[in-house]
Amino acid sequence: MATAVSFTASSIGKKYVMAVSGIALFGFTMAHMAGNLQVFLGRERFNGYAATLHAMPAVLWVFRGVMILAVVAHIVTSVQLALRNRAARPQGYAKKQSLATTYAARTMVVSGPILFFYIVYHLLHFTFNTLHPNYEVTDLYSNVVASFRQVPISVSYIIANACFGFHVFHGAYSLFQSLGVNHPRYNGALRSLAMAIAVLVTTGFIAVPVGVLAGLTK
Amino acid sequence: MRVFLQVWRQKNGQSKGRFERYEASEVSPDMSLLEMLDVVNEGLVQKNEAPIAFDHDCREGICGMCGLVINGVPHGSEGGATTCQLHMRKFQDGDEIWIEPFRAKAFPVLRDCVVDRTALDRIIQAGGFISVRTGSAPDANQILVPKENADLAMDAAACIGCGACVAACPNASAMLFTAAKISHLGLLPQGQPERHSRALAMVKQMDAEGFGACTNHEECEAVCPKEVSIDFIARMNRDFAKAAATFRPPKARGGGD
Ligand code: HEM
Ligand code: SF4
Ligand code: FES
Repeated sequence: MATAVSFTASSIGKKYVMAVSGIALFGFTMAHMAGNLQVFLGRERFNGYAATLHAMPAVLWVFRGVMILAVVAHIVTSVQLALRNRAARPQGYAKKQSLATTYAARTMVVSGPILFFYIVYHLLHFTFNTLHPNYEVTDLYSNVVASFRQVPISVSYIIANACFGFHVFHGAYSLFQSLGVNHPRYNGALRSLAMAIAVLVTTGFIAVPVGVLAGLTK
Repeated sequence: MRVFLQVWRQKNGQSKGRFERYEASEVSPDMSLLEMLDVVNEGLVQKNEAPIAFDHDCREGICGMCGLVINGVPHGSEGGATTCQLHMRKFQDGDEIWIEPFRAKAFPVLRDCVVDRTALDRIIQAGGFISVRTGSAPDANQILVPKENADLAMDAAACIGCGACVAACPNASAMLFTAAKISHLGLLPQGQPERHSRALAMVKQMDAEGFGACTNHEECEAVCPKEVSIDFIARMNRDFAKAAATFRPPKARGGGD
């Protein structure tokens, strides 16, 4: 056990934790997006999909357990790393010029916490229904459509998912490096893959509020 | 040409520093930046003022001793060159040049622009070596090394330990340096016996010195005078994970001691 503890205590071990938990979160995200897009297939299909999930409470809870673990590991580790990195440079530069870094990379510690607040809001909104007590648990379709017809709600979802795109772009690119998956033959392709993933996930999620506002749902 | 300098002056590690403005006139474009500072210092000494302290040794780009942050870029914006290889022809007449020390908790300022980089030495001491009996030189090519590995090992071994990677990193991470040192031995047959213990020990020391962790900004690679690639960081991560996963405390049954 001694080595396992020292692995996760080390800076590189923490990068592995970020990458592995990030992959778990990302896997969930893809499945979730595929589920959400069924809203465009109509009320029956969408509510049927939700009902299927709720009919398997054991599976659902194993799934949720893994997600809670991943979220906790991801956030706790990111806070530890951010504190460590901040402490490593107590005095900054009067002039500092960046040569290589990207907007997405510089804003990871901002886009991450925004995602956290967004996820909390999102769970209260659709999973626990605490924000809208009049929602029908069995008619998710109506809840979604009614919500996104309100412009402020749609806009906040769109902004949060744009943040998400930036986070996933740098995250997907970084995680290969963190896990040591790096080879000059594939590095260019990995970067394009990260970009493709970020664009796919962002458009997939934004499609729902945009589609509802555009009147594609009934 | 004539330039204006904003130089970080700090008496010692305890005192508070500040920027001091100097004028350097009659600067030849063929001077290196350090030679220009030498001239400024001569003027300061003549006025009975303390000269600007800065590190340097070989002044030919190979020792890794020099290191200033010039207009916000460690080693200046020459690219692939150390501070001592930066020449005044890179600047325009009348330019204002900001000169600061490398900034990191692990690199405390000793005086002006001189910082203590022995943290990097301690990382080397932790594992940047191979344990061999030093006798007469072995026959060349007695141990075969694949050409690709030899080339990669050379690329990593080009690191001169200047610490610019730490200075440039938004997290003051020393991962490029440590990765270069772990990789150049890890790529060669002679480095195999201690490959795992080396990775564990050097990363442990790197963390203990208070350096930050990599978040893939790639600033280190951009300022490295030896253009050491961040590919080596991925290699270090791999080696470290493998070493941590397979580590077992030494417990020999046979062989005795
Ligand atoms: C819940 C709120 C979240 C917070 C506070 C958060 C925070 C962070 C932070 C601070 C980093 C490190 C940044 C860096 O290394 O530059 C990071 C990396 C990452 N995040 Fe998140 N994140 C969150 C949600 C997510 C989600 C939902 C996903 C997946 C879809 C995700 C995927 C990733 C990935 C893949 C990485 C890269 C790991 C690596 O560098 O190897 N994050 N996150
Ligand atoms: S990796 Fe490059 S920047 Fe870092 S210490 Fe070595 S030579 Fe200097
Ligand atoms: S003084 Fe030796 S590298 Fe610059």
